[in-house]
Amino acid sequence: MSEKRTIDARGTFCPGPLMELIAGIKQAEIGDELEVLSTDEGSANDIPEWVNKVGHEVVGTSEAAGVWHVVVRKTK
Amino acid sequence: MKILIVGGGMGGTILANNLARRLKHELKMGKAHITMLSASEQHMYQPGLLYVCVGRMAPDELYREQATLLEPEIEFHVDPVEEFHLPKNHVKTKSGKVYDYDIIVIATGSRAMPESIPGLAENSVNCYTETAALDMWRQLKGFNGGTVTIAVGVPHKCPMIPLEVTFVLHDYFKDRGILDKVKFQYTYPIGRLHSLAPVGEWAQGEFERMGIHTETLFNMKEVDGANHVIHSEEGTQKPFDLLVAVPPHKGMEVIEKNGLGQNGWIPTDRHSLKMEGHDNAYVLGDTTNLPISKAGSTAHFEAEALAENLAAVIKLGEPVRDYDGKVFCFIEAGKDRATYAMFNYNQPPAPKAPNKAVHWFKMAYNQLYWASARGLL
Ligand SMILES: Cc1cc2nc3c(=O)[nH]c(=O)nc-3n(C[C@H](O)[C@H](O)[C@H](O)COP(=O)(O)OP(=O)(O)OC[C@H]3O[C@@H](n4cnc5c(N)ncnc54)[C@H](O)[C@@H]3O)c2cc1C
Repeated sequence: MSEKRTIDARGTFCPGPLMELIAGIKQAEIGDELEVLSTDEGSANDIPEWVNKVGHEVVGTSEAAGVWHVVVRKTK
Repeated sequence: MKILIVGGGMGGTILANNLARRLKHELKMGKAHITMLSASEQHMYQPGLLYVCVGRMAPDELYREQATLLEPEIEFHVDPVEEFHLPKNHVKTKSGKVYDYDIIVIATGSRAMPESIPGLAENSVNCYTETAALDMWRQLKGFNGGTVTIAVGVPHKCPMIPLEVTFVLHDYFKDRGILDKVKFQYTYPIGRLHSLAPVGEWAQGEFERMGIHTETLFNMKEVDGANHVIHSEEGTQKPFDLLVAVPPHKGMEVIEKNGLGQNGWIPTDRHSLKMEGHDNAYVLGDTTNLPISKAGSTAHFEAEALAENLAAVIKLGEPVRDYDGKVFCFIEAGKDRATYAMFNYNQPPAPKAPNKAVHWFKMAYNQLYWASARGLL
């Protein structure tokens, strides 16, 4: 069964939200969704760029109170 | 009050000593008791492996007897934990003994897993264990030119290693007079040269000056040893004559086996360092799941904050402060220049241009580390 997991990368400068997502995707099963929380606006661009390049799927991006929420589905 | 520290590496050792000093009176009166369980009677200064892999340090310079680093009041056993029974407040060790506690701190570290990428273990070198660093040194000695490709897995311990190993190898080949025969290709998992943006920008200039080719958004998928090519998850590939890996890491198997955390990473509160869902279990260093550097300095600053808090809990019944995410990383920028990055959850780093003074400070720190482990620095 697919799961949804949150990666709380708020206030992180190293390794950073995308690195956390890459590590998280490796542990996930196909179909799982990962929601990355980030206070770094750059992640809102970096994450979709990587996800598209590798061929996973960005389910949605939103911002609330300075925190970006990027939801990604592992597709392969 | 019985405090049990599992792991005698950077985090566990600094915590134990710092706590022993703060609780001197309570330990003397028998009101507190500190026990450390570790998997080795030796303590290794892991950052020294970066020098071992280019023949600038011998491995025996990196070890001290763990018992000699600890305050005399600390009870120390080389007896690795095999079972954690957190609801019952005890652990079971390899020797079959059961140790109970009021407070447990888990600091078992992490390990490089080159075997987790197909073909990587057989076809690459790395500097993450003594054996690997010595093997790297031997392979470097026999390398007389060709393409050196650096490939980086996530997560990994010591965020500076990908850059440092590149700089250090560059100077190693320069000293051997064969730099003109070596082509460097540096790859990195995300869209810049380092996860810390200012460090990545600084590295960009350095690499351009040094003629190092770069490819970002490159995550290892598999290595084709027969054809000397590494393939990325992103669908690109890089040839190599020598493949230098920063392997992906996992926490210790015992953590995963006991269901404390997927891949050996224990869910940890970023401020209190409490294991999530437990009031008397804390986590330190590499084995946390925190989104911060897996570095000795992280373990060090966490240990200081936790020692202060545990002492306060025992003396006052309450913790006194939060861990603020502080990390300090030296960055060796070659054989005789270095800089550093310092940051926390709120403040990004601002690295300066490398210079010789910081390099010499890092060399001095390689020795001062033993004072730091004793909790003196
Ligand atoms: C090549 C290299 C270069 C590095 N450079 C730097 C640097 O420049 N700066 C920096 O800050 N960091 C650096 N690091 C990272 C740093 O060494 C680690 O992040 C740090 O050691 C983590 O501390 P720790 O206490 O979490 O784990 P460790 O220091 O790895 O200690 C883990 C301890 O747990 C014990 N253990 C394991 N399993 C069990 C068990 N079942 N029961 C009991 N005990 C157990 C082990 O014996 C060990 O004593 C480097 C690492 C490497 C490999």
